[in-house]
This record gives sequence, structure tokens and C-alpha cells, in this order.
Amino acid sequence: MNLEKVVFSFFIVLALTLNFGFFLGDIDKPEHHNVYELFATIVVNLIATVLKFGERTQIGTVLLATSLVADLELIAAALVWALSVHVIGGGLTPSATAVIVSLAGGALVANAVSVVLLVVEMATLRR
Amino acid sequence: MHDQTLFLILRRMRAPLLVLVATYAIAVGGLVMMPGINADGNPERLSFFHAFYVITYTATTTGFGELPHPFTDAQRLWVTLTMYLSIVSWLYAIGTLIALAREPTFKRVFVENRFAAAVRRIDQPFYIVCGYGDAGAVVAQAITKRIFAAVVLEPSADKVAARELETGDAPILTLVADASLPENLLLAGLRHRRCAGVIALCDSDNTNLQIAIAAKLLKPRAFVICRAQSHDTQANMESFNTDLVINPFDSFAERLAMALHSPDVHQLHQWLTSMPGTSLSRRIDPPHGTWVVCGYGRFGKALAHYLHQEGIKTVIVEATPEQVQAPKDCIVGRGTEADTLHQAGIEHAVGIVAGTDDDANNLSVIVTARTMNPRLFTVARQNRRENDLIFQAVHADLVMQRSRAIARRIVAAVSTPLLAEFLSYARSQNNEWARALLARVQPTIHGRVPEVWTIDISDAGAPAMHGALSDGVPMSIADLLRDPRDRDMRLAMVPLQLQRGEQSTVLPGDDMALAPGDRLLLCGSTAAVRSLNWTLFNTQVLHYLLHGTVGPDSMVWRWWRRAH
Repeated sequence: MNLEKVVFSFFIVLALTLNFGFFLGDIDKPEHHNVYELFATIVVNLIATVLKFGERTQIGTVLLATSLVADLELIAAALVWALSVHVIGGGLTPSATAVIVSLAGGALVANAVSVVLLVVEMATLRR
Repeated sequence: MHDQTLFLILRRMRAPLLVLVATYAIAVGGLVMMPGINADGNPERLSFFHAFYVITYTATTTGFGELPHPFTDAQRLWVTLTMYLSIVSWLYAIGTLIALAREPTFKRVFVENRFAAAVRRIDQPFYIVCGYGDAGAVVAQAITKRIFAAVVLEPSADKVAARELETGDAPILTLVADASLPENLLLAGLRHRRCAGVIALCDSDNTNLQIAIAAKLLKPRAFVICRAQSHDTQANMESFNTDLVINPFDSFAERLAMALHSPDVHQLHQWLTSMPGTSLSRRIDPPHGTWVVCGYGRFGKALAHYLHQEGIKTVIVEATPEQVQAPKDCIVGRGTEADTLHQAGIEHAVGIVAGTDDDANNLSVIVTARTMNPRLFTVARQNRRENDLIFQAVHADLVMQRSRAIARRIVAAVSTPLLAEFLSYARSQNNEWARALLARVQPTIHGRVPEVWTIDISDAGAPAMHGALSDGVPMSIADLLRDPRDRDMRLAMVPLQLQRGEQSTVLPGDDMALAPGDRLLLCGSTAAVRSLNWTLFNTQVLHYLLHGTVGPDSMVWRWWRRAH
């Protein structure tokens, strides 16, 4: 057992599952989407990204790319949240919620690709 | 290769960045949890946005105060804790980055990457020069002054730094690296599409040998030029098809021999292979008679050999005849004492060669010999470049400096293939031929070393001329030599050789017709090069030169002229 691999896989899978948890629910219902969960998703995603830094393999670079995509979309979602709650005021409207959740949905796809690649790598390198 | 720097940074920054992300997550998450109150005194926690804002400015120790409402003590307690945590993790991250930047391996990777990127961007033919000693510096400068670029590899950082101070105008791409390692040759662009060849001028013969083998194996097409100080190495290099092996002693002696039998051919050689724009060297006219050669080392042997070929009698003076296998009849001594020189018959000799490997002795030989026979032709061997000043002061007729002797040969060989061909033709001509040519070149160059260059009458090299010739407009060399400012004047240059297909014409006459695809070797002043470019590239100028009128340029006018 390789501890590095355990930690690596743990964060990648955790990023996907948290992301999925936040995404779950009606797209325009603010009460279905918890902001704490979004925060946790962003943090775990950032950690997963940093863990992928410096990989020299082909698959490692693709993993890094998917993570960067997920970060980008999640940070965009957080910005939309901050804008609608604090800058524009009036709390989370259904339309703003829809934007946040759909961005998180995009990140979800990127994270899913990450996990699929991880599984592919594990499956091909049987050791 | 080029993303190695980024790779290294990312790899090293992994831990510090993880610490930073974790710190921020704990700090922001914790601050959101801490109970607080709003302006109305009602309980209200900080939102993620505000918490991130507060942590951002406290973590970087900016400190704007308690926003958006005054904090509760619980929040203050948390912020206090997070400040210590965040400052430590920032210091860790920045410290790692700075340590990385100062690391020699990282610096090396960084410099190599920049060098490799610069080499990749070269878009003209270039030579890799290995060794940035005196010869390397002269060669690199000379070839960059002509049509080539140069990339230099030199293992000593001090030498590179010194050269950087010397060469003010055109910086030459240089890397501190051991050229005998094949990977460094590749880094310098050996496999680059425009790499014309490798010039190995390192101090040790063995290094040069390694470079030559590596270059020939990695790129068989490359033109490889090597310096060899011994005949053993020379034979070894030639055995695997090194294109040109230069022995500085032989090549100097060969030149002296050339000057002996035809001083004007020698002079022509000097003019065409020196650095353009520098002042012309004096014509030397070594006398025929008995020569005294002091020192029978590699230099002395080479000179004695070539002098002998010219039918000149030599007297050898050597301090250790057994060690160097000097001929039996040699005079034993260093040649620095009047006694030995007298034995060698200096009073009746016409020339003296001070050719030991000690500069002080060589100078002493020259000075002593001259007091005994003031009319002597003096040849001094200079071993160390630092002694330039005293060698100038002694006013020897010829000073043999290894680096200069090599540089000339190399420049002649690489600058343009036509020139090498022309020079070998010139060597086979007699002195009168060379004297006549010098007389033609002389008025065009105003006492400066002329430019020597090749023009290609092709669509790329001379679009205007090529177009006109392809349209069937007849043109001769006389037309080419007209001055674009006034067609009745001649440009200050001399056509040396015209190549058409496989056929070459040396010194083509004015009435010789030009044809598309011709290559022409010319020599003349720098101003003439610039003027000639007008003729080659500008159809208007060419029209004026051919017809004496300025023709129509725009499409409409051309059509109008044709219609009437």
C-alpha cells in the first residue's frame, strides 16, 4: 500500500462527492444548496489541485487540467454567491441559485473526469 | 525540456501550497463558526464572504480593523490564533520559493532553458563554437560579422564573463558548459535545422577530439572544424572525416611560406579573410636567404619544414636537441645569448624565428639578434595573449599568435563556400596575378579590410534582378555595378567569382551576362553592400539603372503605358 496514493485518491474522490452533494437538489431552491458545502468543496478541490502539481506523466497533466477547470468553475460559483448576497443584496434569488448550481454542475463533470482517469490509471497499472 | 523550470517550481511548492490552502480553510471556516452580533445587538455570524475578506487582510498582516461589525471576543480569539498560523505558513511558502530561486541546480536549469529557447529561435545558419579562448572569441566574432550566427559553449564561467565585458556591440549566445558532453552539444542546437557545423577550439586536443566524434556521430551532415596541436590528434580526427583540422603551427608556417614565394597572394589572403572594417595589415615581404630558427618544438618543426619546401636554408638553435629529435647539425643553446646566435651565423642570416614556448625568451632572442644584425626579418611566437603590449613594442615583422593563425583559416573556410574556392584558386596563381587584383581592389576599400559577400540571383536573394532576368531583360555585370544614385558611376566593389551551375568563372569581366540562379562573390566597401541591395531588391532602382529613366510603378500606370 502506498500512502501517497491513498491520500491522493482520497482527496480526488472527496472533491467529487462533496461537489455532488452540493449539486444535489432543485436547481433554483437556495435551501437545497448549503453554502458550507460549497466552501468545503472549494477547499478540497484546491488541495486536490496542489497534490497534482509536478506530475510528469501524461495522465498526471490531464488530471491537473481537470482540477484547474473544476477550481475555476467553483470559484466562479463562489463569486456569484458573494455578489448576489453581499454586493447586490436581497439574498439568494432563484436565478442566482440556478447560476451557482449550474457552475457547480460543470465542476462536477470535471471532477468526474478526474475520478474516471484515476480509475483508468489504477486499472491499467495492475500492481 | 523547456517546462522543466515550471515543473521544478510546482514540485517544490506542493507542500507550502497545501499548508496555505489548509490554513486558509481552517481560518475562514473557523471564523464563520464563531458567534458574533450585528449592529442591532442581534446574534449574527460572519458570512463566508466577510470571513474570507477578514482573513485575507489579517493573514497578510494588512489589518483594516473589525469588519463589517465590531467582533465579539470569541471572534477576536479566533482571529488572533489564525494570524500566527497564517504568518507562519506564508513565511514557509515564500521562504521555499526564495530558497528554490537561489539553488544552483535551479539556476542552472533556468539558464539552460533560456539558452535552449534562444537557440531554438535562431533563424539563420549558425555554427557552434566550443571554447571561448582567444581563438574562439575571434572566430565567433568574425562569423557573426559575416552571414552566420554563433553559439558558444565554454566550461569556464570566468572566461565567459570576461568576454561579455569585451564584446560590447553584438552579444553572442553563450552557455557555461562542457562541450565534450554530447548533451550540451544538443542543447546548443546541434540537431537544429539551421546548424551548419561545429568548431572545436578548446585548449586540450583530447576535448576537441571528443567534440568532433560526438558531432560527427550525432549529425553526420555537420561541417566539423577542429584545432589539433599534434600530428597524432590531427591524423585521428581526419580518420573519421572531420571536415577541417587546423594545426595552428602548420597553418602559420604555410602562410609564411606563401608570403615567401608570392607576397601579393599572401596579401590578398590577408585582405579577404580579416575582420571587415578593421585597418589593413602591412604587406610583408620575407627575404630569401638563410634563416635562423630558435626552438625546435612543434612550431619550429613546422616552420623549418615549410621553409625547407620553399628551398630556404635553415639553421636550428635548440636547447634540448635530444628531447625534440632535432637534426644533428643544430646549434645547442636557447638563442637568447649572443654567443649561440653568433655560432648560428646570425650576421649572414636574413631572417630569425623566435619560436620557443617561453615569451620572455622569444622577446630576448629578437632583441639580441637585432642588435647583432639590424636588417633581420623577425618572426616572434607569442604564447600568451597577456603579452600583447610588449610584442607590439618589439616591432617584429611577424608575430605568430596561435589564436589569430587559426581564426583566419576558419573564417576563410566557413564564411562562404565560394570564398574558399576562390582562395584555393588564388593560391595556384602567380604573384603578378595577385598584384593586378590587389590594384583593382585597393581603390574601392579606403584602407579598410573589405567586406566579402555572396549574392544569390534568386527570387529570395535578389527579387528585383531575378524578376527582370526571368522576363528576358538582358543584364551584365556592368549593370550590376552601377551606382543606384547615379548610373554613370561605379560602385566601389570588385566581382571575384561567378558560379553558374557547376561552372565557375574567376574574375568575371564587365560584359559578362547574368542569368537567374547565378551566385556571385564580391568584395568591396561596406557602403557598396548597402547600395547594391537597392539594385537587388528595388524594381524602380533597377529600371533606372538599366534605362536611365524612372519607370511607372503602380498597376494603373503600368497598364496605361502598355496600352499606348
